[in-house]
Amino acid sequence: MRRFELRAAYDSIFDMSCGPRQDGECRAQSKEMEGTTRVLSENAGTITTAEPTIEKETRSEEDLDVPWQVVVHNDPVNLMSYVAMVFQRVFGYPREKAERHMLEVHHKGRSILWSGMRERAELYVQQLHGYLLLATLEKAG
Amino acid sequence: MEICRRKGVIEISELDPFLAELLRQIPASANPDGAPAAEQRLFSTPATGKESELCAEWKTYVEPELRRLFQTATQTVAADLEQLNCNEKSLGNRTLRIPSKHADAWLSALNQARLVIAAKNNFTESELNDHCHSPIGSRRDLSLFQVNFYGFLQEFVLREMWSD
Repeated sequence: MRRFELRAAYDSIFDMSCGPRQDGECRAQSKEMEGTTRVLSENAGTITTAEPTIEKETRSEEDLDVPWQVVVHNDPVNLMSYVAMVFQRVFGYPREKAERHMLEVHHKGRSILWSGMRERAELYVQQLHGYLLLATLEKAG
Repeated sequence: MEICRRKGVIEISELDPFLAELLRQIPASANPDGAPAAEQRLFSTPATGKESELCAEWKTYVEPELRRLFQTATQTVAADLEQLNCNEKSLGNRTLRIPSKHADAWLSALNQARLVIAAKNNFTESELNDHCHSPIGSRRDLSLFQVNFYGFLQEFVLREMWSD
């Protein structure tokens, strides 16, 4: 289950970097663009090659900024059904997924609900606090 | 006490004076003033560890918003509870009608009250899970009953919301 969450986290990071595209499309396009730059430079006969592409730099900056996790901690007072309802509302998760996270919180003491850009993570934590859940923002890894 | 939903209203009827009084106490019970543990629970820190800058900003910008949010919910509930303050000669059973559009406010106020009472009394998880607790014999027992009663109401409101 934990592995699934991490993978989901990276998927969402990737989605945020790429916008609403199909899986792998963005990565493929990025490689294609690098290739295109190189071919153009060779065709023009220039010695200087296009230094690290802007796309590549942006990606690495995002990679540094991205990994923030929204973690919900166990609380003996909040009702389980209430916690699951909040997960559905805040993250738009289907009921099964919300209940899975709720049970993870209950049994393991915490669950990573979402990973991604800091600003959005802060917004999620604020919403969760609005519902009186114990939620924190943590750097991944 | 009976609880049901009809025509967009959650109706709690046959309320005896004791339960009516517990309901009246929701807004006051949700107030964490004078209890640092309760205050800390309602306004928990957004990060653990070294994120002191984030915590400071949170206190300045987010906490006031949360206070307003919680206060609005308890005010809505307090207004609904006015129904129980009518000048009837009889202290007999009463009915409370909660508009469904106030369900969120009630969920929030009930949750605030439960968290504050639990924090003030420092209830353990086993105490909170002991639903076969002996009859009320102390102020602490009464507070535990209050937490469980409010939890029961929360469950009902939630079930009604799921069914929509």
